[in-house]
Amino acid sequence: MQYFQFLIIIILSPLIQGTIKKLKANMQGRVGPGIFQPYYDLIRLLKKDMVISNVTSWIFKATPYIVFTSTVAASMIVPVITTESPFDVMGDVIALIYIFALGIFFMALASLDAATAFGGEGSSREMTVAILVEPMMMLSIFTAAISAGSTNISRIAGSGLIFSPSHVLALTAFLVAIIAETGRIPVDNPDTHLELTMIHEGMVLEYSGRYLALMEWAHYMKQMLLFTIAFDIFFPIGIANNVEISGLAMSSGIYILKMLFMAVLMALIESTRAKMRFFQLPSILGGAFVMALLSVLTYIMMGK
Amino acid sequence: MDPESYLYIGILFFLLGAVISLLPLPKVKNYTYILSSTGALSFALLSLHLLFATPRNLFSAQISSLFNLAFSGDAISGFFVLTISILTFAVSIYSIGYIRDLKNKGLMGFLFNIFILSMYAVVLSGNIITFLISWETMSIVSYFLVTFDREGKSAKAGLIYAVMTHIGTAFIIILFFLLYRYTGSMNFSDMKNLSSQIPENLRNLVFVFSIIGFGTKAGIIPLHTWLPKAHPAAPSNISALMSGVMIKTGIYGFIRISMDVLGQGPEWWGIAVIVIGAASSILGVMYALMEHDLKRLLAYHSVENIGIILLGLGASMMFKSNGLYTLSAIALIAGFYHTINHAVFKGLLFLGAGSVMHATHTKNMEDMGGLLKSMPYTGLFFLIGSISICALPPFNGFVSEWLTYQSLLLGFKSPSITSKIISPLGGAALALTGALAAACFVKAFGISFLGMPRNKHAENAKESSLSMIIGMGILAFSCLLFGIFPGMVLTVLQPVSFMLTGLYGTPYQQGSLLGISETFSTISPMAILITLIVMSFATIIFISSIGGKRKIVYGDSWDCGIPALTPRMQYTATAFTKPIRMIFKRIYLPRRELKVSYLVKPFFVKSIEYKGEITPFFDRYIYEPVIVFIHRIAERVKLLQSGSLHLYLAYILITLILLLIFGT
Repeated sequence: MQYFQFLIIIILSPLIQGTIKKLKANMQGRVGPGIFQPYYDLIRLLKKDMVISNVTSWIFKATPYIVFTSTVAASMIVPVITTESPFDVMGDVIALIYIFALGIFFMALASLDAATAFGGEGSSREMTVAILVEPMMMLSIFTAAISAGSTNISRIAGSGLIFSPSHVLALTAFLVAIIAETGRIPVDNPDTHLELTMIHEGMVLEYSGRYLALMEWAHYMKQMLLFTIAFDIFFPIGIANNVEISGLAMSSGIYILKMLFMAVLMALIESTRAKMRFFQLPSILGGAFVMALLSVLTYIMMGK
Repeated sequence: MDPESYLYIGILFFLLGAVISLLPLPKVKNYTYILSSTGALSFALLSLHLLFATPRNLFSAQISSLFNLAFSGDAISGFFVLTISILTFAVSIYSIGYIRDLKNKGLMGFLFNIFILSMYAVVLSGNIITFLISWETMSIVSYFLVTFDREGKSAKAGLIYAVMTHIGTAFIIILFFLLYRYTGSMNFSDMKNLSSQIPENLRNLVFVFSIIGFGTKAGIIPLHTWLPKAHPAAPSNISALMSGVMIKTGIYGFIRISMDVLGQGPEWWGIAVIVIGAASSILGVMYALMEHDLKRLLAYHSVENIGIILLGLGASMMFKSNGLYTLSAIALIAGFYHTINHAVFKGLLFLGAGSVMHATHTKNMEDMGGLLKSMPYTGLFFLIGSISICALPPFNGFVSEWLTYQSLLLGFKSPSITSKIISPLGGAALALTGALAAACFVKAFGISFLGMPRNKHAENAKESSLSMIIGMGILAFSCLLFGIFPGMVLTVLQPVSFMLTGLYGTPYQQGSLLGISETFSTISPMAILITLIVMSFATIIFISSIGGKRKIVYGDSWDCGIPALTPRMQYTATAFTKPIRMIFKRIYLPRRELKVSYLVKPFFVKSIEYKGEITPFFDRYIYEPVIVFIHRIAERVKLLQSGSLHLYLAYILITLILLLIFGT
């Protein structure tokens, strides 16, 4: 069972996306598409022919696979419902961030490949956001790693540490990082194709058919993964540390609740906040960086 | 064979290469580089002997009572000899094709061989006099290589290089003098044994001087100013060697003096090195981002990577002074691992840049584009270099940066509060550096190799010759090898770690796993690579089982309905970095001028002239005032040197009289 827990991420991630969209629509007074809509979209895209720009090179074609498989590799490292995670020797939480970075790197390259200004714009903005997010993410992970005495993510989750002052600060910073990394309001608007504001959508603009399906799916997976990591390292309560059926069932139930909580939170933030101007981002991301920094310092000074 | 014979054979090959280059044999000249690559192999064998055996004297000749020419080797030297050999081997093969269109091939071949020999001599020097002779030879030969093109720009770069490197040498001479004064020995090994006799204050002074002296060569901020000028000015095979290994001789000198000879220092040494490393890495990569000259960009990245190496070495020193030897070994290995990695990927990137320049006749990225199609191998290898330098798995940069993160993270185990606070900050600096480097190489690779060609030269670019491709291929393959087999590099590094910390076996290796038992964490780039490959196949199968076989239609990029996108409509490197320039404007201090001339104001614009630049902070606010000051003093001193013979005779007379009065 523990060998297949990464399949949970692959299979259920479109459902989380659908749930967030549905919740968002309801909060905004719309009916909205059903929660299974992302699955229909993916299947539809997989069955379509593709249009590819004729100025592109092999980078453009390799990128969807690299983005998708690197996200799969990341999900193999992360414990989902049990900390008995056999693949976690492959990398720790620092490696995880760099595996994500591999995907971002190729996505940014591919968007420059079609020689359009939209792609370049998306690529440039994505890398700028990454610059602001990565140190903050690393510092907030440092807090968790230092307090658990390990960077192995299963071990952090297994240590069962919960809210201390430093953890609250780190978690807040990490939530901001999740919003930025998944391209949500107020950093990016996932529902727009308006060239002036788009970041993630600008990067995948030239993709169609199965490549687009892979990119979108990877994006859903990354979102669910980040939610999972947030709980694993800051609030691991309820995650099983064995592979017995009863424990796993319990842990699965709690996991579903956790994911629902994140979905509601994301929908709430997206519905109540407006997108920020791009050059205002440093203030919110910088603020989160300070929080992450404080969390490390708090832990070192207070020891909790 | 004993190690000495490898040494002599190696030297013989290089000298042969140097001499044959100077002979008037135009056909043969292209192939003398085969000799230097063979010489490099011989030195590589020597390095293995040095790494896995006890330190030994290789050569010694008493020239006069004070001057003893001595070469000796231990694990540290062995490691650096190995690093130089790997890069020299690949660069030599590359050079066969690269120098074909060069004027002055003979001189190039001669300087090339002597330059490499002098670098070997530096890391194998057994005493301070030998070290200084080798060091100066290296500096002077590299000066000639920087000014090889004989253009106005290279000459200026060469001058700055010569001045800076000699300022560094001055500090090195002083620190050697101090060491000699208090230990009474010129041999590094004797100095090490007697270094405890040096008073505390002087030890600190020696440490500071070694940072300034060797740091100038290594290119730490703010002593880096020569590096982005001199490295791009040299021919590309030389740039690869300069950035890949010559600046590492600075690191070698620093390790030799501050970590080996001085042994254990107070805690602030390590902290100072971490701070310098963090500053160099962040500022280095930030300035690299704003460069559109491909080679200058790479040169600034050398500043960044030296910073990362120093983060590891600084953490090692810090742990050592706190008595945490296991952690010190981990951090030390992180620093050394990154040293060899940087040599490999930076060498590769400079060779790639050389091929691109060869094909497009420009260093400016804004004139490139679409090169991946016309130069598929160069493009692939440059991409591998970019991925490695951005520390992305499964390539080699990832392993060493991961080790650096781990060692900085372990700072919380140290007893002192300063170390505890400084090390996670170092980690944050490394994360920022990593993200900036990724942005920079998305720009460097994306703008030059992807999209549409931006001018005729880029459009008609041709793939480089076979030897150049092989040269790059060797390094690209090493990038992958050092990434997926970390145990291989670790085996080479264990003796170094044993020598400096007395410990074997941390971090540990187990199959393809690289692990640190202190944080219970492991990585396996090999497993990541296999996962990526297996999952790719699984994905392809999965997709075709759902979607079936589908057509691919090729068309134009989305152009908003305006027919025909032109290459000029692509994103440029300047545009790409604009958000970063705006966000970090306190650091960049960007300046821009906009001149608009009208036919009929304000409706019909005739022309727009735009000029934008960032302020080169260190040149303008640190070096320029110093230069102005020196000029001012020189003006005053000029009065003494009026050119009148009578005046000079008067000086001599006055000096003589003064000497007669005070000399007795």
